[in-house]
Amino acid sequence: MSLIWNKKAECLLPLEKEQLQLERLQNIVRYAYEKVPYYKKAFDKSGVKPSDIKALKDIEKLPFTSKAELRDAYPFGMFAAPMEEIVEIHTSSGTTGKPVVMGYTVADIELWSEVMARSLTMAGCTRADIVQNAYGYGLFTGGLGVHYGARKIGANVIPISAGNTKRQLEIMRDFGSTILTCTPSYTLFLAESAKEDKIDLKSLKLKAGVFGAEMWTEKMREEIEKRLHLSATNIYGLTEIIGPGVAQECGVKHGLHLQEDLFYPEIISPEDLSVFSEGEKGELVLTTLTREGTPMIRFRTKDITSLRRGECKCGRTTIKMDRITGRSDDMLKIRGVIVFPSSIEKALLEINGLEPHYKIIITRPHQLDEIEVQVEASESLFSDEIRHMEETKRNIENHIEKSVGLKLKVTLVEPKTLPRSEGKAKRVFDQRELK
Amino acid sequence: MKNIKQLSIFAENKPGKLEHITKVFEENKINIMAFNIASQGDFGIMRFIVDKPEKALEAFKKAGFTISMNEVFAIEMEDKPGGFHNVAQFIAKSGLNIENAYVLIEKDRQGALLICDIKDTEKAKKAL
Ligand SMILES: [Zn+2]
Repeated sequence: MSLIWNKKAECLLPLEKEQLQLERLQNIVRYAYEKVPYYKKAFDKSGVKPSDIKALKDIEKLPFTSKAELRDAYPFGMFAAPMEEIVEIHTSSGTTGKPVVMGYTVADIELWSEVMARSLTMAGCTRADIVQNAYGYGLFTGGLGVHYGARKIGANVIPISAGNTKRQLEIMRDFGSTILTCTPSYTLFLAESAKEDKIDLKSLKLKAGVFGAEMWTEKMREEIEKRLHLSATNIYGLTEIIGPGVAQECGVKHGLHLQEDLFYPEIISPEDLSVFSEGEKGELVLTTLTREGTPMIRFRTKDITSLRRGECKCGRTTIKMDRITGRSDDMLKIRGVIVFPSSIEKALLEINGLEPHYKIIITRPHQLDEIEVQVEASESLFSDEIRHMEETKRNIENHIEKSVGLKLKVTLVEPKTLPRSEGKAKRVFDQRELK
Repeated sequence: MKNIKQLSIFAENKPGKLEHITKVFEENKINIMAFNIASQGDFGIMRFIVDKPEKALEAFKKAGFTISMNEVFAIEMEDKPGGFHNVAQFIAKSGLNIENAYVLIEKDRQGALLICDIKDTEKAKKAL
C-alpha cells in the first residue's frame, strides 16, 4: 500500500478525533457567529447560541446553509475575514443566477494544499512524479487545487489546464507524465483522440489518475483503466467547502476517505432534513472546521452518498463516503419510491449497444405516476423484426426494474432525436401537475 | 423464384413520418416497387423493395435513420384468381416459417411477386 501523507491526521483514534472535531466545531461556530452577519441572524432565528455546542451531536441544533443563501450574499457577504486577509477568490458557477463567491486566507490555501497533498498521495503520487494537470485553471477550483497539492508534495506539475487534446497527448508522451488529473469524461475523450493520432497509451508512463468534478460510475472506471492503462481514483470536493480534496479514494478503491479533521460530515434526509445514522443513503452536509475566509456551517451539498466508519485496509481511520450516486435536486418520487435519474442512466449503460442518451418523462394520467424512458433505437439494437424489437424493449424495462426497483415503460425512438450528453442536457421531464 | 434486397427502416408512429421517408427516396431518385408497414404501439418497421437498394441504404444512413438491408425471396405468382392460393399451398407444404409477406406487381402487369421474408434461408432455398 502506498504512503500516507499525514499519518497523524489521517490515522486518528476515534476518541482523539472526536475531541479534535468538537474543539474545532466550537471555535468555528463562534467565529462564524461573530464575523458573518448572515450566521448571526440565522442562529438567532433558530434560537441557538455558539455556547450551546457542548457535544458533536449538538451540531444538529444549527440551521443549514444552502446555495441560495450564498448567492444572496453576493459578492462578499459570506466573508468572515477582513478583505486584506483574503489572498485568493474562487467562484462556483451555477446554471442560473449569480455565482457563489468564496474567499481564501493564507491559512485556507495551506489547508487546501494539505488536503490535496493527502489526496494525491492516496492516488500514489510522490515527489518523483510528473503530474499532468488537465483541470481548468481559473475561478474553477480544480486546476489550482491539484497544483497546490502537487507543489506541497514536491512533485513536478505540468499546468497544462483543460482542453487542447492534441497537445495533452504530445506532452503526455514527450514529458513522460506519470499522473493525470482531469474530469473522468475527458479521459475517454483523450483515449479516442490518442487512437486517431496513433499514440499508443500503453507505451506511455501514466500510472495513476485523479478524476473528479463530475459524477461517474464503477463501469466507467473499468473502461478508463482499460483504455488508459492507469489506476483511476475518484476525488471529491466543492468550492463552497474548499475545492477538490474534501475526500479521495485510496488504493483500496472502496469509498473515499473524507478529511474529517477539517470537514465534519453528516447525512440527512433530503425530504424532512432529519439526520440519518451511519450507512444510510442521503444528502451530504458538510461543515468546515477550520476555514477562515468563508466558514461553512452545515452546508447542504445536494450530493447523495452514504458514510462508513472503520479502519481501512490502507491504515487510515478517516470516515469513508461512497461514490456520489445522485443529486437531491434531481431526486424524483414516483409512486412513493425515491428514484434518481442517474441510477436509471447507470442501468441503461449496462445494456450493450445502448446509446447513452435518454429522456425520462413522468406523467400522472390516472391518479398514478407513470414513468417513461425514451432510448434511441440505435443500429445495434435494431432488428427488422417487430417481435425482436419488442423483446429488446422488454429486456431494457426488466433490467431497469431490477436495478432501480421501479416498473416503467421504455419507448424506442429514432436515432439522434434525444438531447446529447454534452453540457447539461435536460433529460427529465416531470409533467405531473402537483405543484 | 429469386432473391431480392429488402430495406427495413425503424420509425416512430408519428404524423408525417412516412412523408419524411418518401422524401429521401424522392430526393435520391429511387423508385419504390413495393412496401409494407408493420407497426406495434409506438413504433413500427417499414419495409421497402426499391430499384437501387444500396444507394437507398446509404442515403438513409446519411439522413440519420436506423436502417438495415436483407435478402428476401420473391416467388412468382400468376396474376389471376387462384394465383396466390397456389403459392400459399406450396409454402404450407414446405413447412417454411414466413416472418412477413407482401405483394409486388411487376411493371408489365403480367405477373406478381410474393415477397417473403424467411429467416431460415437455407431451408427456403432448398424448398423453393
Ligand atoms: Zn483506505
